[in-house]
Amino acid sequence: MPRKVAGVQRACLVTLLAAMVLSSAPVALAGEGPAGAVGHTAPAFSRMDLAGRRVRLTSYRGKVVLLNFWATWCGPCLTEMPRFVEWQRQMAGLQVVGVSMDDEAAPVRAAYAKYKLNYPVVMGDAALGRLYDGVYGLPVTLVIDRAGVVRFRHRGAADLPVLHREIEGLMARP
Amino acid sequence: MREFRKGFGSFRIVVGMIAVSVMAGGSGHAFPRATTPMASDSAVVGEIPKAALVEPAELSRLLANGPEKPLVLQVGSRVLFTEAHIVGSEYAGPGGQGSGLALLRTRMKDVKRNQAVVIYCGCCPWGKCPNIRAAYAALVGMGFTGVKALYIEEDFGTDWVEKGYPVAKGAK
Repeated sequence: MPRKVAGVQRACLVTLLAAMVLSSAPVALAGEGPAGAVGHTAPAFSRMDLAGRRVRLTSYRGKVVLLNFWATWCGPCLTEMPRFVEWQRQMAGLQVVGVSMDDEAAPVRAAYAKYKLNYPVVMGDAALGRLYDGVYGLPVTLVIDRAGVVRFRHRGAADLPVLHREIEGLMARP
Repeated sequence: MREFRKGFGSFRIVVGMIAVSVMAGGSGHAFPRATTPMASDSAVVGEIPKAALVEPAELSRLLANGPEKPLVLQVGSRVLFTEAHIVGSEYAGPGGQGSGLALLRTRMKDVKRNQAVVIYCGCCPWGKCPNIRAAYAALVGMGFTGVKALYIEEDFGTDWVEKGYPVAKGAK
């Protein structure tokens, strides 16, 4: 066998082996991993809000999104919400979206009025929770950048000054 | 300051546990005694006796290997139950709501009062849970003598799902 042909065959074999090794290696690549996890695109959803308007998460691309899973029976959730109302009013370029994990809509409507929420709230369910890497306790708050990528995830009551800085940091980016 | 408060909290927990262990004597139930401090806020935990708490690891062992398995009831949100719950557990209604307590009482109406029962929620951190204490009080009020509350410090995801304990999905 001519030396040149043997060399090409060897190169092909090495390339093939390398490809096999790489394809089976547990390497985290961009776009892999659980949906809704930090560093991954926020799973798209489309639901009607309490006012009967359709809320599509993807329609907020270009804005920083604060996605807040909450419930009316969750004390820490209710503590956070007045700040979210304030931020929604003050921070142009931010969109707060609430996802209520209540079993029924009636108490959510009452809370919506009581807390004077100025952002859309949709009713969540187990499917939406699973879509976001599991919402097994509340609150869960995600900060999504302008490109729709989850950048921060807070489980339980968030440190609000930290959360505020995260939002500001993302808003400062083009 | 936070460290001091945490340390002071632990001190109070230890004192509380000693007091409870002295007062409780033998419970006569299948559950092993809690052996480690389990709470960060003893003032709130005091509403359910520490002797009536069971830790996730302990419950997991009981469900896997225990000679008699307790009846496990989730007393929180149906949405969260549907998303994930302890294998074999039943949804029994949110203890923090009248409708939930009614569901719980109906479920337990004909159950023997010495049945070993574990209730859990995990919707929120232990000190903030709106359901677990009311459900515990309701069952004790009904005369159940073997009721334990699963001590979930942070939430069901952190203290059960992510620890790798068995989980089922769906409404039943």
